[in-house]
Amino acid sequence: MLSTSRTKVAAVLLALALTGTAAACSRSGPDSVSAATARGPITVWLSNNAQEVAWGEKMIASWNKAHPDQRVTSQQIPAGKTSEEALSASIIAGNSACLVFNTSPASVPQFQKQAGLVPLDDFPDGAQYIESRTGPRAEQYRFEDGSYYQLPWKSNPVMILYNKDIFRKAGLDPENPKLATYEDFLDSSRKIVTSGAADAAIWPAPTSEFFQSWFDFYPAFIAESGGKSLVENGKPQFDSPAGRRVFDFWRTIYREKLAPNETFPGDALGGGKTAMSTVGPWAVATYKDSIDWGVVPVPTSDGRPASQISTFSDEKSVAMFSACENRATAWDLMKFATSPEQDGAFLADTGQMPMRPDLLRTYADWFAENPDYKEFADQADRTVEVPAVAGSIDVWQTLRDGWTRSVVFGREPTGEELPRLSRDITSLLDEY
Amino acid sequence: MSTTGIPAPKSASPRTRWRLRPPRIGALFVSPYVLFVTAVFAVPLGYTIWISFHRFYFTAPGTDIDTPWVGLRNYQDVFTDPVVQRSFLNIAIFLVINVPLTVVLALVLASALNAKLPFRSFFRAAYYLPYVTASVALVAVWQYIFGADGLLNTVLGDLAPDPSWLVNSTLAMPVIAVFVTWKQLGFFVMLYLAALQSVPRELYESASIDGAGRVRSFMSVTVPGVRHATTLVTVFAIITGANLFSEPYLLTGGGGPDHASSSPVLVMYQKGIEQAHPDFAAALGVVLVVFVVVLALVARKFTEKGAE
Repeated sequence: MLSTSRTKVAAVLLALALTGTAAACSRSGPDSVSAATARGPITVWLSNNAQEVAWGEKMIASWNKAHPDQRVTSQQIPAGKTSEEALSASIIAGNSACLVFNTSPASVPQFQKQAGLVPLDDFPDGAQYIESRTGPRAEQYRFEDGSYYQLPWKSNPVMILYNKDIFRKAGLDPENPKLATYEDFLDSSRKIVTSGAADAAIWPAPTSEFFQSWFDFYPAFIAESGGKSLVENGKPQFDSPAGRRVFDFWRTIYREKLAPNETFPGDALGGGKTAMSTVGPWAVATYKDSIDWGVVPVPTSDGRPASQISTFSDEKSVAMFSACENRATAWDLMKFATSPEQDGAFLADTGQMPMRPDLLRTYADWFAENPDYKEFADQADRTVEVPAVAGSIDVWQTLRDGWTRSVVFGREPTGEELPRLSRDITSLLDEY
Repeated sequence: MSTTGIPAPKSASPRTRWRLRPPRIGALFVSPYVLFVTAVFAVPLGYTIWISFHRFYFTAPGTDIDTPWVGLRNYQDVFTDPVVQRSFLNIAIFLVINVPLTVVLALVLASALNAKLPFRSFFRAAYYLPYVTASVALVAVWQYIFGADGLLNTVLGDLAPDPSWLVNSTLAMPVIAVFVTWKQLGFFVMLYLAALQSVPRELYESASIDGAGRVRSFMSVTVPGVRHATTLVTVFAIITGANLFSEPYLLTGGGGPDHASSSPVLVMYQKGIEQAHPDFAAALGVVLVVFVVVLALVARKFTEKGAE
């Protein structure tokens, strides 16, 4: 009798536990057909950059004033090691915002695989709007299936920022620094370190995180190869003379200890520990009051002129997430936030470059008042993106592992490492 | 009344029945814990095992995805992945340094702190402090000591290793093992301190009468007297060590160059979260659980040897 009771109690407990688990697992998203034309309140997430938040709040206030029935609320992207991890978790949980104004193109293939993104060319004017605002660079943001899952929003074309005081201390001419060719760059770097003007000539993070290649290898490869992407037509491009020159150049930097192989815990450029850093235009606001700086394009082996140099975009996109119930409003807000007026306000508030062609002429007045940004704006027309391929993060991680092994620590000869990496990445691409 | 002449067994007294047959109210009391264990341990563990045998990735709600049975394919990928192999080698290096060091230091320090010392409470608190302090805060101190321009290399001068400690594929893991030993020592000292209270004083007195010195007394009375605590400390040290994550993540920037200080849990995080391969991560998690259980059982057998 009692045994039966115990069985019943156990059964009830188990049923309760399973019901709870089942309730937690039973998830559903909005119906995409009705959501596509639905209007109403939406939420957007902004990055945690103070200037971007300030712009975002002004932009949203302006929208809300004109659209009281389609109220937009904003918040910063929830905390995580990176915003991409927070976004991935929110896709799975089904609680992501309608729009995120800080989506990394490298993560877009993963988000797309998770069915977390709304294809923007589902909107009647989707593809046409993206292509007309972005220009020819829009093609780099089209996914393998032909769709746009992101609206290219802003770029931070990567350049080399240097500390003029350290150059002076090292006996180098800070107004005409010799940094255009690999040979000149290495000579200047040697003088900086041997003179004791700074501990390092340049100090990118030598760690294994997949995204670190965007600030050492990738800009150099794009510049040296004349604007090639890491992967084109499904094939890795770096096992080439240009790729080998880049690997050898950086290998020399590490071998001669012109760059340390350990991360600096903090801001090495701001702290005067290094003379140069690879940065985007965001650095202007960061360093304008603390160091006397200059900026040059990424070096190439033959010292090409700035007008012929392409670089990494360090771009962020606006993406619409599948948890969004009022997608028509979200699409209208996307267009409003990337209109010429809002792009101008964004440029003025943050110094980052809206993904529009010919920025220097479009916002000529602003650049006349803020000449520090001109060189970045000039580079903005010649930026290259991470490839929009499935398995993008795996590809970057594989490359990074090879880079630290062969370049940072010099354990594997370049001639063996590059073909091996190319083979590994080819099989990864085939696997996806 | 018996008809066979054999006395009928006495019916259980109410007190006995209470002991043998817990009333429903007892089940009600334990039910929150049963629910808790089921929801946060049993179900996720079962789900993890299920994932490890399927091709699986996490998607947005309401998405139908194909999750085909792949048998041992994920396990095969785990065992043949050089990064996983390196992480298990790293954890083996870590455990070989960390576990004996933890046991020896914790026992010696606990014995010292068990004696009548001036400022004994202060010392007990001092050893416990790193354990209750967040790794994130302590890592800065360690980087100050072991960084390329850190205190140790400044003292060593030309004798400093190149590459430096935290990026050196040979030295990174031992440095992390020493760091974790130092950080967790306070907890294990507390376990030993508690165990030392139960060692009879008479045994020390007898040993003293027999002419045993401090070392002999320690080896012959203290060590056997705290044998069960040693088992506990060893098993705890293995379990926490095998689950190493924060220290390599924080000290060496995500596992160090070329995964020189990667741990299995760090690889699980990178594969499962960063690279969106939860099936691979689940298989690795199952392998790690088996690894830890086997290691803990072997350690228990070893430390309890001769206890009878």
